[in-house]
Amino acid sequence: MNIIVCIKQVPDAKDVRLDPKTNTLAREGVESIMNPFDRHALEEGVRLKETHGGQVTALSMGPPQAESVLREAISCGADQGVLVSDRAFAGADTWATSYTLRKAIEASGEFDLILCGKQAIDGDTAQVGPGLAGQMKLPFVTCVQKIRNLDDGIIQVERMMDDGFDVLELPVPALLTVVKDINDPRVPSLKGKMKAKKATIKILSAADIGAEEQCIGLAGSPTRVVNVFTPAPRGDRKMFTGSLEEQVDQLVDQLRSYL
Amino acid sequence: MDYLLSEEEQMIKDTAREITEEKIIPLRAELDEKNEFPTVILEDMAKADLFSIFVPEEYGGLGGGCFEIVLALEELARGCVGVATSFAASALGIFPVLIAGNEEMKQKYMPDIASGKRWAAFGLTEANAGSDASGIQTTAVLDGDEWVLNGTKQWITNGGESQIYTIIALTDPSKGARGASIFVVEDGDPGFSYGKKEDKMGIRSSATRELILKDCRIPKDRLVGRKGTGFITVMKTLDISRPGIASLGVGLGQAALDEAVVYAKQRVQFGKPIISFQAVQHMLADMATQLEAARSLVYAAARHIDANPKNMSKPSSMCKVFATDMAMKVTTDAVQVLGGYGYMKEYPVEKMMRDAKILQIYEGTNQIQRNVIGQELNKEYI
Ligand SMILES: Cc1cc2nc3c(=O)[nH]c(=O)nc-3n(C[C@H](O)[C@H](O)[C@H](O)COP(=O)(O)OP(=O)(O)OC[C@H]3O[C@@H](n4cnc5c(N)ncnc54)[C@H](O)[C@@H]3O)c2cc1C
Ligand SMILES: Cc1cc2nc3c(=O)[nH]c(=O)nc-3n(C[C@H](O)[C@H](O)[C@H](O)COP(=O)(O)OP(=O)(O)OC[C@H]3O[C@@H](n4cnc5c(N)ncnc54)[C@H](O)[C@@H]3O)c2cc1C
Repeated sequence: MNIIVCIKQVPDAKDVRLDPKTNTLAREGVESIMNPFDRHALEEGVRLKETHGGQVTALSMGPPQAESVLREAISCGADQGVLVSDRAFAGADTWATSYTLRKAIEASGEFDLILCGKQAIDGDTAQVGPGLAGQMKLPFVTCVQKIRNLDDGIIQVERMMDDGFDVLELPVPALLTVVKDINDPRVPSLKGKMKAKKATIKILSAADIGAEEQCIGLAGSPTRVVNVFTPAPRGDRKMFTGSLEEQVDQLVDQLRSYL
Repeated sequence: MDYLLSEEEQMIKDTAREITEEKIIPLRAELDEKNEFPTVILEDMAKADLFSIFVPEEYGGLGGGCFEIVLALEELARGCVGVATSFAASALGIFPVLIAGNEEMKQKYMPDIASGKRWAAFGLTEANAGSDASGIQTTAVLDGDEWVLNGTKQWITNGGESQIYTIIALTDPSKGARGASIFVVEDGDPGFSYGKKEDKMGIRSSATRELILKDCRIPKDRLVGRKGTGFITVMKTLDISRPGIASLGVGLGQAALDEAVVYAKQRVQFGKPIISFQAVQHMLADMATQLEAARSLVYAAARHIDANPKNMSKPSSMCKVFATDMAMKVTTDAVQVLGGYGYMKEYPVEKMMRDAKILQIYEGTNQIQRNVIGQELNKEYI
């Protein structure tokens, strides 16, 4: 069972500030962490390895300092870390990110399962997982809250829904994106930390993964940020109290008053 | 204060802190309320390799000693002394094997301790033998290839939860303290069972239970060290383990101080945050000063003990007395700083004050520690 876990380094959400001029996230001086959902993806990968054997590879696209999340991944049980890093990747949107991750995975050999977080807490699109699966023509399920079984090349999962969950089966190789309910991630171990300190993180450039210039970075990103703004406040809210009938009456009165 | 920890020491402290923040603090109130043993948290500690810190490298450990345990326990106690006690008691329980066990015995038990697959417990106290441990009545008689143990141990931490028990029993009752030996009894051994489970004031997530040995038969090779040397090993075990209890006081004191200062900055009375009142400030200042003094003494004592000196009893007892008396005072003062809110279960200082009390009692009461220090002084000055 060889598992690839896609991990994004994100600014610590405890410390989010917007640049007042550009309205984008101020990244200067903000501490970087492993995307919280990806910690759960990693934990699930490590648990699968512990029961089924195999290797867990942590993969990230990002600037050189993203190496630190890969070391953290090793301290939590990943066997190795691969960082795809190149100035040419700068400005990638979710499409170009998915393409780049696909090329990196194809350059890295055989795998049975790709695990992603449901979404990154900064970009927040939840597109990279499905985008990557689409690019690789892999079956995928998003928002997985439980892996029920893995047997004979079939993986059975629970997908979280608003009103319960779906049970789905898919053949491996496959891609799953996970929600936080899937597990309670372990704390990095002491031996893991020592291993991580010594580990060599493999760094792949655009050339190493054979990425085409027009598909990566800004050039490969069809998304255009037309405008970033803070939505205007939605106006006053009013809470009705009392019995259900009373609340309905109050609501009707309120609505009438607008007519 | 910066104690100039090595990279590895800092790593141990950080790892224990992560366990505290991610695993202990979210659960501590519930465990306390329900009197529930923190099995899941101990498993988390095992995965983080915390149980390996004091195990020699040849048995899969990280090869640390008393100081490493102190660092870990301090951080764990910031979260919950009950959970930290369960960890400490496992170390205490296996120390006799580490100190006096033969190679074969260490090979048998230490790797499982290092990986956290099995936990230990230390069975000395009995109904009529507390401070005066020489009053124990549990006996062990050799019958062919087996030892047969009879007696009841009381208030044993991790009782019923751990798999390995070191039991102190008399092999030669006529010789009193010189006739005691230590045995390893395993969960499931014939004639070994668990009795009353205690309902306690504090450290409620730790298990405190009776161990019942009724014609308990164990193989001959479960004797730890030489016959009759039980109390020598017990004394050495306690000398090494006491700084751990002291560090529980340091961690707990730190947690209480943190709560008190944060609260004092927020709580407004007479139009001002209460921290602006000198009486409150002085209380906080004394808490912080006593805490730092205790930490310094505990760290120094632990490093001293790791150097394996001839006499370790005095520093060991001194740090236990000082740091645990400090914890009782600092947690009591933290409740005072929070006023009525501090007395309520909604705030964590109420539990901290209840948890502090045990530190002055177990692993030798603070009166007994003072006796030890006094006796050492008496020996030193001729
Ligand atoms: C409208 C828009 C415009 C943007 N424009 C720019 C821009 O101009 N310049 C710029 O630098 N960025 C830009 N971004 C950010 C960039 O697109 C995303 O940060 C990036 O593609 C990942 O998408 P996401 O953060 O939404 O991740 P999600 O899709 O929410 O992430 C889901 C999962 O995919 C995996 N994953 C995501 N990113 C990575 C990664 N880098 N490495 C490994 N695994 C990963 C993780 O497992 C993660 O949990 C833009 C984003 C948006 C929404
Ligand atoms: C929660 C908990 C967990 C425990 N865990 C363990 C464990 O894991 N293993 C284990 O073996 N034991 C354990 N114990 C037992 C503990 O070590 C004893 O309670 C302790 O040693 C004191 O013994 P005692 O309670 O019988 O008090 P006593 O010895 O009866 O003492 C009563 C009072 O008299 C004082 N006193 C007694 N003798 C003297 C003296 N010579 N000079 C001055 N004052 C004196 C004491 O200081 C105390 O204040 C635990 C106890 C508790 C409460």
